[in-house]
Amino acid sequence: MICTDAPVLIEICDLHARVDDQPILNGVNLTIKAGEIHALMGRNGSGKSTLSKVLAGHPAYSVTQGSVRYCGQDLLTLQPDQRSRIGVFLGFQYPVEIPGVSNLEFLRVSTNARRLEKGQEELDTFAFEDFVQERLGLVQMDPAFLDRSVNEGFSGGEKKRNEILQMALLEPLVAILDETDSGLDIDALRIVSAGVNQLSNAENAILLITHYQRLLDLIKPDYVHVMAAGRIVRSGDKALALELERNGYEWVDQGLKALGTT
Amino acid sequence: MFRFSLKAFAPSLIFDRLSAMTSQSQVGQFVAQPYKYGFVTEIETEKIPKGLDEEVVRLISAKKKEPEFLLDFRLKAFRHWLEIKEPNWAGLNYPPIDYQDIVYYAAPKQKSKKNSLDEVDPKLLETFDKLGIPLSEQKRLSNVAVDAVFDSVSIATTYKEKLAEHGVVFCSIGEAVKEYSDLIKRYLGSIVPINDNYFAALNSAVFSDGSFVFIPRGVECPMELSSYFRINSGDTGQFERTLIIAEEGSSVSYLEGCTAPMFDTNTLHAAVVELVALDDASIKYSTVQNWYAGNEDGIGGIYNFVTKRGQCRGARSKISWSQVETGSAITWKYPSCILQGEDSVGEFYSVALTNNYQQADTGTKMIHIGPRTRSTIVSKGISAGHSSNSYRGLVQIGPKAFDAKNYSQCDSMLIGDQAAANTYPYMRSQQPDASIEHEASTCRISEDQLFYLQSRGIDFEEAISMIVSGFCRDVFNQLPMEFAAEADKLLALKLEGSVG
Repeated sequence: MICTDAPVLIEICDLHARVDDQPILNGVNLTIKAGEIHALMGRNGSGKSTLSKVLAGHPAYSVTQGSVRYCGQDLLTLQPDQRSRIGVFLGFQYPVEIPGVSNLEFLRVSTNARRLEKGQEELDTFAFEDFVQERLGLVQMDPAFLDRSVNEGFSGGEKKRNEILQMALLEPLVAILDETDSGLDIDALRIVSAGVNQLSNAENAILLITHYQRLLDLIKPDYVHVMAAGRIVRSGDKALALELERNGYEWVDQGLKALGTT
Repeated sequence: MFRFSLKAFAPSLIFDRLSAMTSQSQVGQFVAQPYKYGFVTEIETEKIPKGLDEEVVRLISAKKKEPEFLLDFRLKAFRHWLEIKEPNWAGLNYPPIDYQDIVYYAAPKQKSKKNSLDEVDPKLLETFDKLGIPLSEQKRLSNVAVDAVFDSVSIATTYKEKLAEHGVVFCSIGEAVKEYSDLIKRYLGSIVPINDNYFAALNSAVFSDGSFVFIPRGVECPMELSSYFRINSGDTGQFERTLIIAEEGSSVSYLEGCTAPMFDTNTLHAAVVELVALDDASIKYSTVQNWYAGNEDGIGGIYNFVTKRGQCRGARSKISWSQVETGSAITWKYPSCILQGEDSVGEFYSVALTNNYQQADTGTKMIHIGPRTRSTIVSKGISAGHSSNSYRGLVQIGPKAFDAKNYSQCDSMLIGDQAAANTYPYMRSQQPDASIEHEASTCRISEDQLFYLQSRGIDFEEAISMIVSGFCRDVFNQLPMEFAAEADKLLALKLEGSVG
């Protein structure tokens, strides 16, 4: 929800970034305050996923201009693991499999890294098992998944639920969910959305990256942004998403042409 | 033979000997630690001159007061060794070994005791901490005088008493030759004959000491035996000889080595390990090897040329080898199983990690002789730095091995772009009924996997460690708990600085 005097969590100013020699982000501006849910939509190749990776600190992308401040702190100088520990969470579009690494152990190490940063006590194996059991219900996940290797043999829906489970365990301040709805059937979508809604509160914020407005029926955004050619070109509320649904992205392109931008 | 007590400072004679030892290898800095604090121990300074001839072999046998049959054994081996040539098929690079430049007999000496861990190289202590080695163990490893409660001698004594209750014999080969000469006569050299290979012949001629284990009929050895607890006050021998006999229906788990970095002034280590399991017996032999590997430029380091073989002599017997090889400049060993008894089982689980300029050529031989025999091979090679890591294995199915089965899995992980990994699987079958399965894979540490872990708050080094441990999971699961807990840490330690 929007609250005018809520603190600014993320402030992105004129962000330019490239991968190899290819510029992808061409001046992104975005401010996200606590308690807000933002949706980012746009064509494939518009830079949505790249933005999420740059915020998380993926080494393949280099920032050429601009800044990102997280709770007033320069985010771009921090390593990816540092960013995670201070509360930036990226829900991957294609979560990778890590054979041989126990899901439970991975979740525990990761949770403890965050807890340590927040000044909380680390949880040992037994305490953590209780901690995680409490949160399994949020994503309706079978405890058997904890004994498996990270994401190994998980279906698309199970992988996405594992992402939201991690969100529940890490309690981030800013969660960037990159196409969390892709590859999900209606039921899985409902479960994931319900989980996200439960985790959303007045202190944290969520950036949803998605193609489809149906996710936005389930997770109601405060703001909707449209990205094209590496820039946010339109911002509005939920109504904007419905317009996009009706008219497609061509309508955005035409509008841009009219403004003299490409 | 000189004996003297020394107080307060080292007389020049001792110092000369130490200087001679330390100049032999890079490891000098560890061995030559603060003798400036003085010592009050008696030291036997007798040594025989370098070089190897028949006289030396006789001298070794005489010094150990060995019976005639053992002298004959040594002499036969020595004469055979003279006639054969050092093998070079493994393509390992090392400067030629001068066999005349080695001292083949050194009387066991009491190492000087330090008074506290403060006197130990802080870097070494740092390594111990990283490996999670408890304080009392750290003291033992750095030769610090231990408290009465933790005295290594009394621990070993209690150990021995418990084993004696069950009739289990666990002593040095030297003692066994005297107390159990029948068993030695019957089994020594029967699994690894003196003419098996160059290094086995050398070992058979000049072996110093080693472990002897005998498990009587029907006994499940009540505890894991560790080469560590054998009362042996000398340096770990360079020509160790181990013999483990498991009688009908018995079982034992034996641990060799430890994760702590082991230094030795001797460069060449040519050990021989023989295992024999009779009907329904099983032997589990686990090794964690972290011998000094040389420095970052590949100078110095120990050559570990070992012959290990287990004979499943009895029906339904089982021999299982597990190893984590992380040290040595060169590792050249093929723990093998001879599956003679019908329905016998052989297993080989290995993680070999090489970094910097280390070289490893390791694997196994599973020789199926009896019917319905089974073998399993799981080998994980991790190559980092400029190292070279090869798996070399043989699965041989003889004409009488009806319905034999083998499963092999060889996986290599490459870290960085300068390391090498090779696989040389040999499969020979004279039995159309047999089934041999071989799977192999190669991978790199995936950037995506690394980033995923990092994005969850796990730092770079820890992420590498998690991925590598995951890669080795199938092998680590086979290790006795004592080793398994330390294996993860050891791997992480050895990979430090190798990625990035």
